[in-house]
Amino acid sequence: MFLINCPYCGERDQSEFSCGGEAHIIRPKQPTELSDDQWAEYLFMRKNIKGVQFERWNHAHGCRKWFNMVRDTSNDKIHAVYKMGEKPPVE
Amino acid sequence: MKNKYSIFSLIKNAFSQHENWKQAWSDPEPKREYEAIIIGGGGHGLATAYYLAKKHNMRNIAVLEKGWIGGGNTGRNTTIIRSNYLWDASAGLYDHALKIWENLSQELNYNIMFSQRGVMNLAHNLQDVRDLKRRTHANRLNGIDAVWLDTDQVKEFCPIINTSPDIRYPVLGGTLQRRAGTARHDAVAWGYARGANEMGVDIIQNCEVKGIKRNGDQVEGVETSKGFIKTKKIGVVAAGHSSVIANMAGLKLPLESKPLQALVSEPVKPIIDTVVMSNAVHAYVSQSDKGELVIGAGTDAYISYTQRGSHDVVEGTLKAILELYPIFSRMKMLRQWGGIVDICPDASPIISKTNIKGLYFNCGWGTGGFKATPGSGDLFAHTIANDEPHKLNAAFNLNRFVSGDLVDEHGAAAVAH
Repeated sequence: MFLINCPYCGERDQSEFSCGGEAHIIRPKQPTELSDDQWAEYLFMRKNIKGVQFERWNHAHGCRKWFNMVRDTSNDKIHAVYKMGEKPPVE
Repeated sequence: MKNKYSIFSLIKNAFSQHENWKQAWSDPEPKREYEAIIIGGGGHGLATAYYLAKKHNMRNIAVLEKGWIGGGNTGRNTTIIRSNYLWDASAGLYDHALKIWENLSQELNYNIMFSQRGVMNLAHNLQDVRDLKRRTHANRLNGIDAVWLDTDQVKEFCPIINTSPDIRYPVLGGTLQRRAGTARHDAVAWGYARGANEMGVDIIQNCEVKGIKRNGDQVEGVETSKGFIKTKKIGVVAAGHSSVIANMAGLKLPLESKPLQALVSEPVKPIIDTVVMSNAVHAYVSQSDKGELVIGAGTDAYISYTQRGSHDVVEGTLKAILELYPIFSRMKMLRQWGGIVDICPDASPIISKTNIKGLYFNCGWGTGGFKATPGSGDLFAHTIANDEPHKLNAAFNLNRFVSGDLVDEHGAAAVAH
């Protein structure tokens, strides 16, 4: 439970948001040429990091816009929030 | 058995004020090398060690636990045991476990307080009714006891449920598995630890794994807070922290770790003599032997290793509990806690080899691993000892995420995720 600073609406309760999981997983450009292993990697395999993680969030009960967030999953501290398409911050 | 527990040992020890009971398991320093190492001293890990020693004669093995045994999800779950899963593979897996539960106290000479008080799953809409009836038929074809109850029968079986048709999510019926029930979760870990230790297994607590050493495709040992330990076989049973261990070996798993919460009330006189679960409104409740209501909430919908969980999740669960059981409206809650559960995309576990030789994973149990503890240990021990799966866990391999042969049990997993 924590507050999230939505880049469009400002600080709101986490319960207004939904998490879209690990960020910067790029959809394959040529899906027809992918092997089963590559599909499994894209669809299912996750880093599931304990520590600083890049992830996607959606302000579901607000502006309904997607954005990215850098959060430490071991203590739920948020390090950065940035819009879709923006470059991820370097630590 | 060296220190057999019996009525006679109880009487004998009563004369010395119960001060001379022998330690149930020893507390050794790790040796330099083991035939196999189990990472994680919860119920599943200790059961794995027990069956490796008992059935596969591997006695030079160790269980490494970063905290104390049974202090993770084994001590945090709501102790529910059932096997009413939809697919054949799951039915085989969970009923294998249930059959072991039925004689486990005798086998371990340790009272795990297994109580077959029945588990009832409620239906609140027409789709629930169809799904649960289908599951009942599937269960019976697999030899698992399951019956469909209509609303009146639900009320008869558990009279405190509000079956009024004008509540927000009315009770339209439910399924009942009478062989299902609960067990004392700590006792399961302690019983397996005692049994394994008696056969020579080293149980090493406060020993955190920091790294996994590989030589090419073969594991060579583990780096721990108590030094390097050599081994050729590593079984990882680290629940919510499985991905952390996998990352040490350079492996990715299809898991996401999330906090799952539970809470207990103040103790009251016996009021509910079964386990009632409701998937649709997300509330399940039973009563412990101490008289506390044991209530399971849902998972937070984001990755976190904090072992807490959000307040709004508990609030949602308690709203549902109050609508189904208005009689609990003035109960006070005593304790609330969270555990980190490792959730697979298909809500089924992984008991599998990996593409690294000597590295095995038993993970992905998500929100419902406790019920499978003995079966999981037995099958994982088989997989480690023979370097190939038992027929009951063959479907639960890591490769299913490549082949697409998933075992989708989202409907039978009691916690929506």
